[in-house]
Amino acid sequence: MNGGKKSTSIREKILEHELVPKHVLLTKEEALKVLRELGVRPEQLPWIRASDPIARLLGAKPGDIIRVERRSATAGVSVAYRFVVVG
Amino acid sequence: MSKSEKVIKGVKFGILSSEMIRKMSVTAIVTPEVYDENGIPIEGGVMDPRLGVIEPGQRCATCGNTLAQCPGHFGHLELAKPVIHIGFVRHIYMLLKATCRSCNRVKVTEEDVARYRSLYRRLKDRWPQLANSLVEFVRQKASKALECPHCGARQFKVKLEKPATFIEEGGRGKLYPDVIKQWLSNIPSSDLEVLGLDPEVARPEWMIINVLPVPPIAVRPSIVLETGMRAEDDLTHKLVDIIRANEKLKEALNSGAPEIIVEDLWELLQYHVMTYIDNELPGVPVAKRRSGMPLKTLAQRLKGKEGRFRGNLSGKRVDFSARTVISPDPNLDINEVGVPYEVAMTLTVPEYVTPWNIDKMREYVLNGPYKWPGANYVVDPSGRRLDLRYVKDLKALAESLKPGYTVERHLVDGDVALFNRQPSLHRMSIMAHRVRVLPGKTFRLHLAVCPPYNADFDGDEMNLHAPQTVEARAEAEELLLVEKQILSPRYGGPIIGGIQDYISGGYLLTLKSTLLTKEQVSDLLATIDYSGEIPEPAVLSPVEAWTGKQIFSLLLPEDFNFIGETKLSSGSLKCTSEECFWDTLLIVKKGKVLAGVVDKTVIGSQQPKSLMHYLITEKGVGRGAEFMNKAFKLFLRYIEMVGFTMTLDDIKPERGALERAGKVIKSSYGEVDKLIDMYRAGQLEPVPGRTLSETLEIRILDVLARARDESGATVIEYMGLANPVYVMARTGARGSNLNITQMSAVLGQQSVRGERIWRGYMGRVLPHYKPGDLSPEARGFIASSFYRGLSPLEVFFHAAGGREGLVDTAVRTSQSGYMQRRLINALQDLYVEYDMSVRSSYGELVQFRYGEDAVDPRKTAFGKAVDVDRIIVKNVGWRMSL
Ligand SMILES: [Mg+2]
Ligand SMILES: [Zn+2]
Ligand SMILES: [Zn+2]
Repeated sequence: MNGGKKSTSIREKILEHELVPKHVLLTKEEALKVLRELGVRPEQLPWIRASDPIARLLGAKPGDIIRVERRSATAGVSVAYRFVVVG
Repeated sequence: MSKSEKVIKGVKFGILSSEMIRKMSVTAIVTPEVYDENGIPIEGGVMDPRLGVIEPGQRCATCGNTLAQCPGHFGHLELAKPVIHIGFVRHIYMLLKATCRSCNRVKVTEEDVARYRSLYRRLKDRWPQLANSLVEFVRQKASKALECPHCGARQFKVKLEKPATFIEEGGRGKLYPDVIKQWLSNIPSSDLEVLGLDPEVARPEWMIINVLPVPPIAVRPSIVLETGMRAEDDLTHKLVDIIRANEKLKEALNSGAPEIIVEDLWELLQYHVMTYIDNELPGVPVAKRRSGMPLKTLAQRLKGKEGRFRGNLSGKRVDFSARTVISPDPNLDINEVGVPYEVAMTLTVPEYVTPWNIDKMREYVLNGPYKWPGANYVVDPSGRRLDLRYVKDLKALAESLKPGYTVERHLVDGDVALFNRQPSLHRMSIMAHRVRVLPGKTFRLHLAVCPPYNADFDGDEMNLHAPQTVEARAEAEELLLVEKQILSPRYGGPIIGGIQDYISGGYLLTLKSTLLTKEQVSDLLATIDYSGEIPEPAVLSPVEAWTGKQIFSLLLPEDFNFIGETKLSSGSLKCTSEECFWDTLLIVKKGKVLAGVVDKTVIGSQQPKSLMHYLITEKGVGRGAEFMNKAFKLFLRYIEMVGFTMTLDDIKPERGALERAGKVIKSSYGEVDKLIDMYRAGQLEPVPGRTLSETLEIRILDVLARARDESGATVIEYMGLANPVYVMARTGARGSNLNITQMSAVLGQQSVRGERIWRGYMGRVLPHYKPGDLSPEARGFIASSFYRGLSPLEVFFHAAGGREGLVDTAVRTSQSGYMQRRLINALQDLYVEYDMSVRSSYGELVQFRYGEDAVDPRKTAFGKAVDVDRIIVKNVGWRMSL
């Protein structure tokens, strides 16, 4: 790890950036609940790559589900889910 | 008819093998001759009778059916040497690169093949995209191997020479199709799977053609010209070419001709088979007819706008439709469409005869096909159709009519029909109207429905469709009727509303100074079929008089409140309180107009949060449509009473105004000169991110634009408040202050690509100027107005700017049309689920809540689901803050 510390700090700053919405990695129970409520198979959710900086930062593995809470011009806050895929 | 019903579970595409082609063939095609000297098709030629019936009355030599029943039958042609199918060149190239030249296995170790195969099988159904990237990875890995992991043979690089020649560099040189076919047929099926092929339906050796299917004649019918000459289809021509080339090659092979000759003939066969499949291949000479027209071969039949997919499958032509020029009719309802008798007597609606309508139906039948309202056909209970044109005794037929018959009657008043104008860009481009059959040859529509169709009457044509079933008519009336489309889903507000004279008329009627006599009031109220009480006159002596506001108020519901600034409320005429002198704040309390006038912001189309918008959302679309019908007729009647027009004198600038405007322009010229001097002296401060000369241009444009606006404002200032041109601009009926400026003050800067015009001669646009002249008039500033007229040089600049405008619109429409097409293709199957999420037809989630807030924009006020201000005004009658 050359200059590991520096790169980590830059990476962590992604979370603080105002244009990056809040991402939360769901537990297995939470994920199952979400899927049941939405009535979908996991791959029917929008996808996010495991290599996506935010997914890496959360330590998300393929098969996980991430909740995204973003500010919305119409609804105030809107909640979306992403299914983590290989890549 | 069918003995057992089958359900289609899926469709799978594959490649035909040589055996399949031979098996489905009814005859081998062996000769390039088509007809004998008597014009009879030759057996074994491309028009062999066994390929299907051509002429009506004949029976098929293969299946024994007549023309209508015979599906046509394939033949086949054995090629002397195999050729490459041009559609599979890329697949063949990939396979040649990824497999061994000697043992023909995929160049990946045995263990890897097994591993990839099991992975691929697991991925295929659930993760098709991942399966594809796995295949891509295997292909690349295999192509990179320099040595075969199975037999150890050294590999050579295979090169593709477009369009269809493969070269093994350093190895065998040119790979001939027969060699390739041998190679491909040696690849084990188990290896093909990891390369992304399904060997069950697509063995790679089938990509090399050695038997060519010859399509049935039904696919390529010949046309008999008026001269009696036979014109063959392009495909037939091409097939004959192929057979000729094949014959020559066969002869050369049999006679042991030199290799070069054989190779040449083989190439020729390859060319013909290639262009038979696709005649627009890059780098391949196009096969042409004798007239020089390129042949339309297989790919050309499918491709493009007129092709099988876009032209025939996605786009369909329909019956029960009509098309003609449109024209306006202010006497119709907004829900109506005027239909010419001629159209009404051609379009029919099937009506089932019942005891309740039998008298009416008898009347229709009695009138027959040539008298409106009549009928064109009668269908009896057994399904037999009677064409009334050929029925001798209509009276007898009418009397024999019984419940159970169906009468295909003419279109009559009150029928619903779908009305459409292209380009159909949004849902309001097709709306249902109630039919009014009228004399004349044009479709007539109410002017208020022009905006949703984007129609005008400079020659526009529109289409009319007559729905044929009760269900279709009910659906059209409930969902597509004009009044149900008043509110646009694009933004919260009505898209249908007042335009042009409706607005001018509304303004003139509701002016403070408008006083109407009893006769005038009666006239106005009669035009809208008013039957209530006439209100108390506002003025009692010397004669009784009513205000326009009083009359307009009669159209408003009695519990309706509204407060809003009108378009006129700006500048010195701005009104913000109830006690304002200028009368530009519209105040409606309990259905009475207390103050203010009616203009675009009150009754205009595409005006959210207007009086009309709230009237519609709160009282319903039916009430809204009724309001429009009545108000617009009222306004038009009033404008007819007082007269409203414009003349040249109305845009003639006052002398004083013109002098002041001229001074403004002159001083701006001075300013520009100063800027140019500063620029030449290098004293100009550049705008950040711009060069010095760009800065100069920006500053000059800015100075001149301000000068134009100022001189325009000066001229407008001098215009009387009653000037009709100014009235139209102020109320929003037509035109803007900029239009008035250009007509009576200055035309202003003409531009091309957003810059002052500079192209032309070296350093100058026209030889009338000195090179390097940067002054306003040398670069397209027009100080004349349309009223004064343009000098020849000004005309030139104006034309240059005008041309750009025309080109822009042409380019924009084609580009946005293509974007629209792609968007529709991408979005057409999305729907809102009951849980308010947006999903695709595969159940994929697209939006978790529609628009994130699950709000229907049609039910909002300008996008806001709840409009607190309006709730207060609606109930209290007054807004707290303005
Ligand atoms: Mg037009
Ligand atoms: Zn047949
Ligand atoms: Zn090998």
